[in-house]
Amino acid sequence: MTDWTRASAAHMVAALKSGEVTSVELTQAHLDRIAAVDGAVHAFLHVDAEGALATARDVDAARAAGEELPELAGVPIAVKDILVTQGMPTTAGSKILEGWEPQYDATVTRKLREARMPILGKTNMDEFAMGSSTEHSGYGPTHNPWDLDRIPGGSGGGSAASLAAFEAPLAIGSDTGGSIRQPASVTATVGVKPTYGGVSRYGAIALASSLDQLGPCARTVEDAALLHEVMGGHDPMDATSLDEPVPSCVDAARQGREGDLSGVRIGVIKELSGEGYQAGVERRFHEGLDKLKALGAEVVEVSCPSFQYALAAYYLILPSEASSNLAKFDSVRFGMRVEKGTVERTMAATRAEGFGDEVKRRIILGTYALSAGYYDAYYGSAQKVRTLIQRDFAAAFEQCDVLVSPTTPTTPFKLGERLDDPLAMYLNDVATIPANLAGIPGMSLPSGLADEDGLPAGFQILAPAHEDARMYRIGAALEKELAKDWGGPLAAQAPELEVSK
Amino acid sequence: MSAMTYDKAMEQFDPVFGIEVHVELNTKTKMFCGCANEFGAEPNTQVCPVCLGLPGSMPVVNDKAVESAIRLGLSLGCSIRESSRFARKNYFYPDLAKDYQISQYDEPTCFEGSLDVVLDDGEVFTIGIERAHMEEDAGKNTHVGGTGGIQGASHSLVDYNRGGVPLVEIVTHPITGAGARTAEVARAYVATIRDIVKALGISDGRMEQGSVRADVNLSLRPKAVAGEDQNAVPFGKRSETKNVNSLRAIERAIHFEATRQADLLLAGEPVVQETRHWHEDTGSTTSGRSKEQAEDYRYFPEPDLLPVEPSREWVEELRGTIPEHPAKMRARLKEEWAFSDTDMRDAVNADALDLIAASVAAGAKPQAARKWWMGELARTANDRGVTLRDLPVTPQDVAQLQGLVDEGKINDKLARQALEGVLAGEGSPAEVVESRGLAVVSDDSALEAAVDEALAAQPDVLAKIQDGKVQAAGAIVGAVMKATRGQADAGRVREIILQRAGVEG
Repeated sequence: MTDWTRASAAHMVAALKSGEVTSVELTQAHLDRIAAVDGAVHAFLHVDAEGALATARDVDAARAAGEELPELAGVPIAVKDILVTQGMPTTAGSKILEGWEPQYDATVTRKLREARMPILGKTNMDEFAMGSSTEHSGYGPTHNPWDLDRIPGGSGGGSAASLAAFEAPLAIGSDTGGSIRQPASVTATVGVKPTYGGVSRYGAIALASSLDQLGPCARTVEDAALLHEVMGGHDPMDATSLDEPVPSCVDAARQGREGDLSGVRIGVIKELSGEGYQAGVERRFHEGLDKLKALGAEVVEVSCPSFQYALAAYYLILPSEASSNLAKFDSVRFGMRVEKGTVERTMAATRAEGFGDEVKRRIILGTYALSAGYYDAYYGSAQKVRTLIQRDFAAAFEQCDVLVSPTTPTTPFKLGERLDDPLAMYLNDVATIPANLAGIPGMSLPSGLADEDGLPAGFQILAPAHEDARMYRIGAALEKELAKDWGGPLAAQAPELEVSK
Repeated sequence: MSAMTYDKAMEQFDPVFGIEVHVELNTKTKMFCGCANEFGAEPNTQVCPVCLGLPGSMPVVNDKAVESAIRLGLSLGCSIRESSRFARKNYFYPDLAKDYQISQYDEPTCFEGSLDVVLDDGEVFTIGIERAHMEEDAGKNTHVGGTGGIQGASHSLVDYNRGGVPLVEIVTHPITGAGARTAEVARAYVATIRDIVKALGISDGRMEQGSVRADVNLSLRPKAVAGEDQNAVPFGKRSETKNVNSLRAIERAIHFEATRQADLLLAGEPVVQETRHWHEDTGSTTSGRSKEQAEDYRYFPEPDLLPVEPSREWVEELRGTIPEHPAKMRARLKEEWAFSDTDMRDAVNADALDLIAASVAAGAKPQAARKWWMGELARTANDRGVTLRDLPVTPQDVAQLQGLVDEGKINDKLARQALEGVLAGEGSPAEVVESRGLAVVSDDSALEAAVDEALAAQPDVLAKIQDGKVQAAGAIVGAVMKATRGQADAGRVREIILQRAGVEG
């Protein structure tokens, strides 16, 4: 009997179409898997078995009736808890939203419903997406299925872990500074941050509005492409949404699998290597480059000198915007309320109790950075750095079609290891942050396991804005070559999780 | 009690003032979402995730509001920025759903204009406009228990229907040189803004509903001594009186603040830079929060919205839709209509100018239109406690009514009856005349019979007329009018009487 939890979404699509499997069978298999392993992994904050099965039954009935269905109809999906889902709890990983049931659907939620994909539940995350480990979740950390003592990345550790633990074939993530790509890297899965504006943010609880972007999480490049095309497209409810057609990601991925990259110029970003980068991570990265060369690509080195300021600029812009975005959690209209007599005291007490330390740290940072007299020195300077980084990218993309780097400097670290050292934690995102500052798309796919610890490392591909399809082509080409060495997807090599009865 | 008065204050000090006017736009939907923008609905029925600030929701700019703001800016002589941004003004308050207001800060859409205001005696005063920017309104708090204020209330209720309603805030430069006429100038300025927004059709301009609201800044500085330039004297500390919401209140608030500040200054006490609350009932202000402890609003560009970038072509197209300045229009209409100063002032004060203009446009003579609107209709509105435009009568009705009089189909008395019918909802004047059978009797044979009957009843009158006492005919005219229930043409009746008497009229 096929274990459908191990199949790719593309395989599920074909099997559903041919009648080899039903959506109810697929959905139930994943619900069973969640029941078996999520006690150990804790990828999910909320599981909606009933809702997912109801959608699955509808899809099966519609298919039986000969209805024309969307491509991914019947394929189950996990949704990061940052996305509002009507009638399903949405907390963004924060205690301040415990028990809140949104009265509306995010645009991406609506698209998933229209695509008739059973929503398995909501995945764990660092509170309001602030973190790189899920340790800042108000509901306890998620564990990396490769090693339960290690972090699954963050903020989208729940979505990535759900894929690595075979609890879901697809998941939604959000990426403000790497929250899709870094978890993908440390769990040997695939994650894509689309071009800023490529996917509607309406209904995604805002962290830093000018940096946030929703994107697909999957175990293969092609699966990510399938989901990307469902999520993307112009939305009149999001003023920053791009009014242009969704990139042809699936075609690009299929073209990439044909394996010819002749004429493609690939730039290696000099600044994203060396000090702080684990040897095994770099070794796998360079092997990846060799594969690309073997497929005909030309590899050159490029320099992006302003990247050295990216982390500093990011940690001014993000807290500034977040301090404003998180002001609405004031106990008046929704969420937690700690009554203290007057409205000011109630607001203060609610926020004191409802927010975790990292959230408070960033609200204080951002409030300070935006204060009169400091604005120019902090927020203003950070915006200038942002412009410089955009120029670095523009210059680099004049020389090559895509840029590449290791996604993260290291393999996953141990839970608790960096919890008391915010700077060490922040450094984990040094390679992913520049793409957010520039609004360009980025992908992480597995490059292999580091020799020294046998843990996953990631390969990052960055493309110019609007050119998301390029990443899919090159990513799919590389993925296919690497899989030849691995004898199949790397994810399959994850250790078996102990199944609770 | 101090013996200080406004006039005395003005003798000793030179006032400097500035006004911020908030205009609520009458767009169909709110500034950043699709909710209805209507006054008076049940609390929290015109709300959605966006204007409630629910997590995940995002604003989208209402293009119609941008259009209104640009047209208003052009009317105020402002330049229109090629690229302007929205900004977030951050502060916590329960009526502010997102705990930040989307406004414009360092890049307002409309900036640097000027506006001429005409005082009652015709003097023209030019007000410098610093900016006109777009923003959203907040919800409305109702404090329950206590005196209705926030202090002592047991709890507060919030209605978010008003949250997100589009506003344009017009900010003046500091206004100097108005001297003792400061209160008058301030009033005329706000009245002019109100007239402009109504003429543009971008707001109903109803101050009593808060559609136009003013904050009045005032400071006093010493009068320049001989040989000194008044403009070289530094400004004093100012107060900002919030929510002064009628033209009369603007004058009163300036009177009160000038007097209060003069008192303080003469007593050697400092004027505190602060916001003050206006109390309509007592005509006084009380201290609000001090500006020294003012909040830091931590403005920064709104990352959820793109810059507003109106094309030059569009701005020029909008410039073509700007109506005449209200004062210029008044001067022109006064001339065209041959109204006296009093006629004009009364019409303006009764807010009847555009009704008269519309009646004239529909064919009525100006004086006749004025007569109806300022007479019969003004009385009715007053009796009913409504404004003229709330009456169920249109300028077209008035023009038609006067047309019927001019054609001799009805006389003035019948016209009043016809109007009564219109006001009672019986239809247009012509329909009422028809349905009530109000037409003047113009059939000579019927009139002749009625005249003969009246003359027979009062045989001495004919002789008096023939003796040259022509005014005696009035008694017969009255009798005929009575007999015909007012439907006779009095002029024609008189002619017939004189004919019968063999006298030429």
